[in-house]
Amino acid sequence: MSTLEILREARRRGDFRALAAAVPYARFLGIDLEMREGQLLGLLRYDDALIGNPMIPALHGGTLGALLESTAIFQIGWEVELTALPRTITLTVNYLRSGRPRDVLARATIARQGRRVASVSVEAWQDDPERPIATATGHFLIQGEAPAGG
Amino acid sequence: MTRAFTALVPHNAALGIEVLELGDATSLLRLPYDPRLIGDPQTGVLHGGVITSLLDATFGAAAFMALPSPSPLATLDLRIDYLKPATPGQAVHGRGECYRVTRNVAFVRGIAYHDDPSAPIAGGSATFMLTQRPGSGLPGGSP
Repeated sequence: MSTLEILREARRRGDFRALAAAVPYARFLGIDLEMREGQLLGLLRYDDALIGNPMIPALHGGTLGALLESTAIFQIGWEVELTALPRTITLTVNYLRSGRPRDVLARATIARQGRRVASVSVEAWQDDPERPIATATGHFLIQGEAPAGG
Repeated sequence: MTRAFTALVPHNAALGIEVLELGDATSLLRLPYDPRLIGDPQTGVLHGGVITSLLDATFGAAAFMALPSPSPLATLDLRIDYLKPATPGQAVHGRGECYRVTRNVAFVRGIAYHDDPSAPIAGGSATFMLTQRPGSGLPGGSP
């Protein structure tokens, strides 16, 4: 089964965990998906290999970027009936606070979905969703069913 | 210095990133192809997040080299433009140039490519805050 088929099947069955399991890099980093109060959340499980600065210590900025980007893509896959995997056009990450050596959560919101582009904003946090450690906006090329009026 | 850069940054080591060259305000890093870093198993193309990590490390190295004296850096923001998919099986190079350092901020831009810098996979830019916090001057951590 292709990744796209896995994604479509996971969406049809409501099995969000199968989404992350289908992506080798998500497994490598330790990214999982959770559902809390109807919101899909990306979860980066802490591992020593995610550290970028051992003196502070702080998580590597790239791992936070990868969590934010992955969560955005999973959110698109969850909301949109795709005919191809989303492709990132641009991603801008703002680093707000040091990523401490523990788990990170992320939630994505599709700000706009057109016929070809989905614009997504994502936030990552550790203790308090109101105190994000990093945020991102991304534009993704999509092929899928057109939204009403899109 | 080039060895310390990856040896002291666990996640760079986990990705297999190596530093090839460091200049006055420039950096050249290399990420070997690794099936564990694939985004789409059907095509074998690396996940975009891998390019993000490579360029974060690359830009941090260029900023660090541009500093008048070693100082800890905190990434403020990082923008990546994905120009074309990476080719499966090929290593990726990251090249960064710090084109301006002020008392507080370092500005860096650069690209990711396989072998030909004129055919980049991704372009990007980042800004770093120079911090006075004691500790390692190694970039790669968030603020």
